[in-house]
Amino acid sequence: MENKKSCGDCCTKINNISFKAGKQVILDDVSLHIHCGSLNVIIGKNGAGKSTLLRAILGEIKHEGTIDFNSKSDGKRSIKLGYVPQKLNVENSPMTVYDMAGSLCSNSPVFIKKNKKVYKELQEHLKEFGAEDLIDSKVSRLSGGELQRVMMAIATMPYPDLLILDEPISGMDKNGKEQFYSQISRLKVDHDLAIIMVSHDFEYIKKYADKVIMLDKKVVAKGTPDEVFASKEFIDTFGSI
Amino acid sequence: MLDYEFMRNALFAILIITPLFGLIGTMVVNNKMAFFSDALGHSAYTGIAIGMLIGVSNNFISMAIFAILFAILLNKINDSKIASKDTIISVFSSTAIAVGLVILTKNGNYTEISNYLIGDILNILPQEIFILLGIFALVVLFWIFGFNKLLGISVNPTLAKSKGINVKLIENIFVILVALIVTVSIKWVGILIINSLLILPAAASRNISKNMRQYHLWAVLFSIVSGILGLVISYYQGISTGPTIVIISSIIYFITFALRRFSID
Repeated sequence: MENKKSCGDCCTKINNISFKAGKQVILDDVSLHIHCGSLNVIIGKNGAGKSTLLRAILGEIKHEGTIDFNSKSDGKRSIKLGYVPQKLNVENSPMTVYDMAGSLCSNSPVFIKKNKKVYKELQEHLKEFGAEDLIDSKVSRLSGGELQRVMMAIATMPYPDLLILDEPISGMDKNGKEQFYSQISRLKVDHDLAIIMVSHDFEYIKKYADKVIMLDKKVVAKGTPDEVFASKEFIDTFGSI
Repeated sequence: MLDYEFMRNALFAILIITPLFGLIGTMVVNNKMAFFSDALGHSAYTGIAIGMLIGVSNNFISMAIFAILFAILLNKINDSKIASKDTIISVFSSTAIAVGLVILTKNGNYTEISNYLIGDILNILPQEIFILLGIFALVVLFWIFGFNKLLGISVNPTLAKSKGINVKLIENIFVILVALIVTVSIKWVGILIINSLLILPAAASRNISKNMRQYHLWAVLFSIVSGILGLVISYYQGISTGPTIVIISSIIYFITFALRRFSID
């Protein structure tokens, strides 16, 4: 299943992105082409600009350069993004999975009576991620793996053109990670999704990623996992693996 | 007790204010904004003082305008991440209260200060009840159309943005509503305890609620019950109404806190 060739129907072009915080350069002329149906993993040491690049793609910060989405079937149009954040503010909250997913994916107010139609739609979508039984659970009580499945379901409702994952697997055990990676591999094939992920699980990146991009303010290495892991830049920073 | 017009007005006001406090409080607690709403209360002094300086006869207007500007400014500065949130709020809150006090005490006049410090719900006028009704309608409308977005933003603002939510707009509307409801009620509840009315019912509800529907229901109920009980008890005992309401809310909070401990342990 892994390393499947992309369909090439659509492409997200990230052109010459630069960003400065005051005088400090955070991103310097970063350009990437992300094809649909491919898993692209961004690696780099702390402060290399990984999260900033994601924030630029998400339109959170003002940056130089452009981000274009092009689809052969419907031409140039604005891109639909899905996002799974690193941290959530859900501590001690009485919010259930229905409340959270409903608030982000529907206009039916979640503080009033449950909307049966929305409930059913959410439940069906959660089912694709094996999370349908969690719909009435409190988000603050979910395990790392459960929360991950729920967040993936929310990010893909509706399915986006580009799915952005910011270190989504912190706090998960080996079994959970394996499940997570096989799940995103299935997603990219079934829904022809382009995925950008920040991660440092080299073992899984080697097995599942189509493309690895190593950042250190600019792109210092890119290619297949094997190519990047064998590069001088990678070995100088992370050592041989 | 309802033979007196001022008691009827007070009861009407409580029936409008307390559900609002319960409703708004749910998100003030959820977004960890307790300190923020406290600062808004303190800013009222500056609002009153500025109103006096420029000769606005109705304190409410100067207080409301100042509180809204104060809230938006705090929100904006908060985004710039220059210093930590609590430090920024503390600086603004202290400055606002100090400026207000200096102006108000210029002629050795301290009565205005103590009036607003404790507040008196029995002072409410019928026309003020209409202002309250207007704010009530605004908040309910915003809750129906904006609550989902507000909750999404509280989970993670970037995630909310990726779902097409206008984060800044919704956040600003929310702080403006908090500012409005705090300023409009301060005359009757008092600067000292206004924040407890906002925080306690929601905090108590949070202890026992299993979802957003229960969270809202209990917060609003606790708020209304404390308000009415507080008014009745304070009338028959001849004590101040605001603090009585707060004491009842606190008792409810401690009961729910104990219930939570039992249910978890």
